Amino acid sequence: MSVTSEAERGRITSADRPRAGWRRNISAKIAAIPMIATTLVVFVGGTIWTVVYSFTDSKLLPRLRWVGLDQYDRLWSNSRWLVSIENLLFYGVMSLIFTVVMGFILAVLMDQKIRYEDTFRTIMLYPFALSFIVTGLVWQWILNPDFGVQGIVRSWGWESFTFDPLHSPETVLYGLLIAGLWQGTGFVMCLMLAGLRGIDEDIWKAARVDGIPTWKTYVVVIIPMMRAVFVTTLVIVASGIIRLYDLVVAMTSGGPGGNASQVPAMYVYDYMFQAQNLGQGFAASTMMLLSVLIVLIPWAYLEFGGKKHG
Amino acid sequence: MADAAIAMTGPRGAKPKKALSPRNIMLYGILILVCVYYLLPLYVMVMTSLKGMPEVRLGNIFSPPVEITFEPWVKAWATACTGLNCDGLSRGFWNSVLITVPSVILSIIIASVNGYALINWKFKGSEVFFTILIFGSFIPYQIMLYPIVILLREAGIYGTLGGLVIVHTIFGMPILTLLFRNYFSSIPEELFKAARVDGAGFWGIYFRIMLPMSLPIFVVALILQVTGIWNDFLFGVVFTKPDLYPMTVQLNNIVNSVQGVKEYNVNMAATLLTGLVPLIVYFVSGKLFVRGIAAGAVKG
Repeated sequence: MSVTSEAERGRITSADRPRAGWRRNISAKIAAIPMIATTLVVFVGGTIWTVVYSFTDSKLLPRLRWVGLDQYDRLWSNSRWLVSIENLLFYGVMSLIFTVVMGFILAVLMDQKIRYEDTFRTIMLYPFALSFIVTGLVWQWILNPDFGVQGIVRSWGWESFTFDPLHSPETVLYGLLIAGLWQGTGFVMCLMLAGLRGIDEDIWKAARVDGIPTWKTYVVVIIPMMRAVFVTTLVIVASGIIRLYDLVVAMTSGGPGGNASQVPAMYVYDYMFQAQNLGQGFAASTMMLLSVLIVLIPWAYLEFGGKKHG
Repeated sequence: MADAAIAMTGPRGAKPKKALSPRNIMLYGILILVCVYYLLPLYVMVMTSLKGMPEVRLGNIFSPPVEITFEPWVKAWATACTGLNCDGLSRGFWNSVLITVPSVILSIIIASVNGYALINWKFKGSEVFFTILIFGSFIPYQIMLYPIVILLREAGIYGTLGGLVIVHTIFGMPILTLLFRNYFSSIPEELFKAARVDGAGFWGIYFRIMLPMSLPIFVVALILQVTGIWNDFLFGVVFTKPDLYPMTVQLNNIVNSVQGVKEYNVNMAATLLTGLVPLIVYFVSGKLFVRGIAAGAVKG
């Protein structure tokens, strides 16, 4: 057959003869140059560069004049940065709790062998395809005090009804949450649903035979079994929250009252590209990196360190 | 007859559930309520964008338009102002097209070759680079922004569309490489070995075996990248000039501009126009979109 003859030819010309050293796999190495350059120059190099320059007094242009931890001192005594951190913590915790709880409950509902599952899923997931800018602007309009929800309820005769989260420093984060949850919960629901579908039918049969009520099966058996799904979801959602930027720009531009809804990503952008105070921007972005590492390293340890042992 | 026998012994199998049991009413009730919440903003966008400004001021945002007008759409597309430019969102739209198309093509080519090399042509250190790449997808972009600005400035392409295309290619690489790597690892290795024995090289196997066998994953990558790049805001602001702003940036500038009377109907038409491309991609792609984000989830 032609296959064998080709194989014979291959053996004779021995295109596969092991070549020594760096010339082995030379095409693959050339093809991987963009990847290697990206990882070494941009990811590793860029990160180190920014961390190093965060210890300098760079203003308009980066320069290597060391000032030790001055930038960090200034950062942590800047009220705007402190507000940003507080906001991010509050938004992050609320957002994590709500997306995971709501996403899980929705996934459980979707997992009841319902009809039109595809339709329901399509509707719940479509906001995830939209940008944060679009999301933010739509909700800004719905929450508009004159024409949106507040205006409508007032026009029904309840004159004192107040629902204007975006224009009061105390409530602005809830306004952001409404929009953020609308955008992201469908995604978490999909992850959870995939997790639920990955659970063996036999588990359910066993629980039914033992007469355990459905809700109890979820709490006692299913949720512990989905630990990995929950952890992965938390990591993805958390690393997205730390980057939170577009949504705030679109909905409040950091206001009201100057900085009621500031977030760290905004602080970095403003100091790097607007206030021409690069050192502050570098220091702030290094803190962002640090916060991601705090989330990431324990998870990577659990996920990959655990696998090796067990 | 068989029918008679069944009739005599009664129906077999589980008792059919009633369609209108209290459980079902509650289940579907909740799901429909949730769907209403999810659809509300889309509905409001469409309704507001079809109203004239006087009607917007009078009516409530949930009521359908009494008089349908497409004027806000025309205005949002062609004459809405950002700063001194008054040629509407069309400018941003074409910028976004010019950014998205090359970025998507370039990033998919590079990532698919990466994934292929990582699976079939492992070389010393290739796994290390891959691990860094995946870690890189979690690092906040902010920390890499300024070094990239410097690199692009040195290359003389800072502030151009070309520069932004490279940025998108770089930041799309982790997730796409993972996507392709996982997919290629499911292709039987025997195929690769047979092709090697037949004398095919790196590119020969890529183009004649891997590429034709993995068209679905290319479509998934395409969906992922088109929506991702179209929706980007941060890179657009940082790496381009006002003339070249992508659609999302221009949209934000139109809607959140401080000067002038707020034309909410034009704003909503503009918002809808910007969301239209990802929405179309989403509704057309259906399950492939879910597959794409599920792959994105694996990255985590």
